[in-house]
Amino acid sequence: MNVLVDNFDVFAGGFWVTLQVCLLSTAGALLLGTGAAVLRISPIPPLRWMGTAYVTVIRNAPLTVIFFFVAFGLPALGSNAAFLDIPGLNKVFSRLGIDLPYFRFAILALSVYTGAFVCEALRSGVNAVAAGQAEAARALGLTFTQNLRYVILPQAWKAAVVPLGTVLIAMIKNSALAGFFGLSGDLSQAAQDLAIVKALPVVPVFIGISIGFLVMTVPLGLLLDRVERRRAVAR
Amino acid sequence: MNAPPVESRVRSASPARARRAGAGREASVLYDAPGPRARRTAVIVSVVVAVLLVAAAYLLVYRPLAARGEFTMAKWGPIIDPGNENFGPLWKRLFTGFRATLTAAGLAIAASLTLGTGLAILRIQLKAQRSRRFTGLAAPAGYALRALAWLLRLVTRFCVEVFRGLPVVITIFFVSTVLPGIGLNLHEALWYLVVGLTLYNMVVIGEILRSGMEGLPGGQREAAAAVGLTSFQVTRLVLLPQAFRIMLPALISQLVVVLKDTSLGFFISYEEVLRITTQAIQILGNPIQLYVVVGAIYIAVNYTLSKLAQYVQRRLSRGRRALAAGATPPVALASQAEAGGMSL
Repeated sequence: MNVLVDNFDVFAGGFWVTLQVCLLSTAGALLLGTGAAVLRISPIPPLRWMGTAYVTVIRNAPLTVIFFFVAFGLPALGSNAAFLDIPGLNKVFSRLGIDLPYFRFAILALSVYTGAFVCEALRSGVNAVAAGQAEAARALGLTFTQNLRYVILPQAWKAAVVPLGTVLIAMIKNSALAGFFGLSGDLSQAAQDLAIVKALPVVPVFIGISIGFLVMTVPLGLLLDRVERRRAVAR
Repeated sequence: MNAPPVESRVRSASPARARRAGAGREASVLYDAPGPRARRTAVIVSVVVAVLLVAAAYLLVYRPLAARGEFTMAKWGPIIDPGNENFGPLWKRLFTGFRATLTAAGLAIAASLTLGTGLAILRIQLKAQRSRRFTGLAAPAGYALRALAWLLRLVTRFCVEVFRGLPVVITIFFVSTVLPGIGLNLHEALWYLVVGLTLYNMVVIGEILRSGMEGLPGGQREAAAAVGLTSFQVTRLVLLPQAFRIMLPALISQLVVVLKDTSLGFFISYEEVLRITTQAIQILGNPIQLYVVVGAIYIAVNYTLSKLAQYVQRRLSRGRRALAAGATPPVALASQAEAGGMSL
C-alpha cells in the first residue's frame, strides 16, 4: 500500500488532468451534440441528412479509429488543433496553449465522438414528449421555432437528462484512451508509467487508478439511478 | 407470426406510433407539411449549405491533402489497384486482422453472455433471499445464512459498480499485467483481451438482463410461485426468457460495443485489424488512406448490426403491444438501450 501513499501526487495529478479533459470534452460534446440534434429535427431535409450522416458515421466507428484520424488527419491538414487554444479558457486550462497538441487532440476526438451520442440522447428526449403537445402547439399556430422553444424543449430536457448522464459517464471512461495517444500525465498514462516504466507492484497501482475513475463515474451513476427512480414513480 | 389484432393495428396508425416507427419520420409532428414559401426557403437553405460545404471541403480538406499528394496512386494503389504488387499481401493481412477481430469479439460475446446471465440470475436470487427468514433451521444457522446472503449481495454489487465504472481499456491493460504477475500466464494477447472485455461486458449484460427481469409485471413471478415453482425455477423458466426477449435490442447494441471495443486489443499488441493496419502503414506510408478504408469497414459492419437491433426492436414492440398495453419496459431499459452504442 506504500505505493499508493508514495505516489499520491501522481494519482492526484492524473485525476486533475483527466478531469480537465472530461470537462472540456463535455462542453465540446454538448455543443456539437446540440447542433447535430437541431439539424436532425429541422424541417429542411438536407440539414437532417447532415445530422444523420454525422451521427451514423461517428456512432459506428470505434473511438480508437477516431483518435487515429485526429492524430494523423489533422497534421495532414496542416493543423495542430490550435483553434482550441481559446483566449480566456486557456487561462484556466493552461494545457490548451502548450506546443504539444495531444491534449487538444484528445478533447477534439472525445468531443466529436461523444457529440453523436449526445445528439441521440437529446433526440430521444424530444421523442419522449407526447405527440399531442406538438400537435396542439401547431394547431395554435406556433411556428417550428416557437414550438420547440416554448413547448417541446422545456419538456424534452427532463426525459433527456438520464440518457445524457449515461453518455457522459461513458465519456469519462473513454477519456482513458487519451493516455494511450500521447497525452502525458492523465490517469491512464500514469498507470502505464507506474506499472511498466517504474515497474511498481501492479495491484496497488490498479487500485489507485481505479479510485481515480470510480470517484468520477460511480457517484454520477448513483445520482442518475436516483433521478431515474423518481421519474419512474412520477409517471 | 399471427396477424396482430385489429385494435393494435388501429393504434399503430396514430401519430405517436408512427412517430416512433421510423427514424426519418418522427420529426414531422413538429412542423406542418411545407407550403410554397417553406419549400422555397428549404431549397435556398439547401443550396447555400451545399455550396458552403463544398467550398469548405475543397479549401480545408482537398487542397491541403492534394498538396501533400494524398490522392496519388502511390498512396492509394496498394488498396484499390489489383495490379499493385502490395495489393494482394495487404488485403491478405487485413483479412487476417478482421478474422482476429471477429474471433476476439465472438469469444468475448459468448463468454459475457454466459457469465452475464449467471450474474443476473445470481443477483435476482440473492435479492429474493433478502426477506427470507430460514425459519426451518436453528437460529444460529439461520442468522449465518442471512449474513452470507447479505455479504454475497454486497460483493456482487461492489463488483458490478467497479467493473461498470472502469474504462475497458484500463481493465484490459491491467488484466494483461496483473494476470501474469499472479502466475496466470495466458501466453496470447487474445486471451487477455477476451478476459478484459468479458469482465466489463458480463457486468453490463448482467445488469441489462436483471433490469429486464425486474421490469416484468409482478404477476408473472406471483403466478409462477403460485403454481409451485421454486424461486430458481421461476427465474429460469418464467423471468429469464422474457427478459431476453424484451432486452434483445439492448443486447444487440451491446454486440456493437464489443465489436468496437476489440480495437483496444491494439494497446496490448493483439494483432487485430487496427494493429495490422498500423504495421502496414509503417511499410506503405499511407496512414490516411488505410485508416479511411478500415474505418469504413468498421462503420459498415456496426451499422448493419445497429439496423438489425432497430428492426428487432420494431418487431418486438409490435408483438408486445398486441399482447398487453402495460408491458412497456421501464425507463431504465430505454435509457440503457439508448446509450447502448456508447463506450468506445
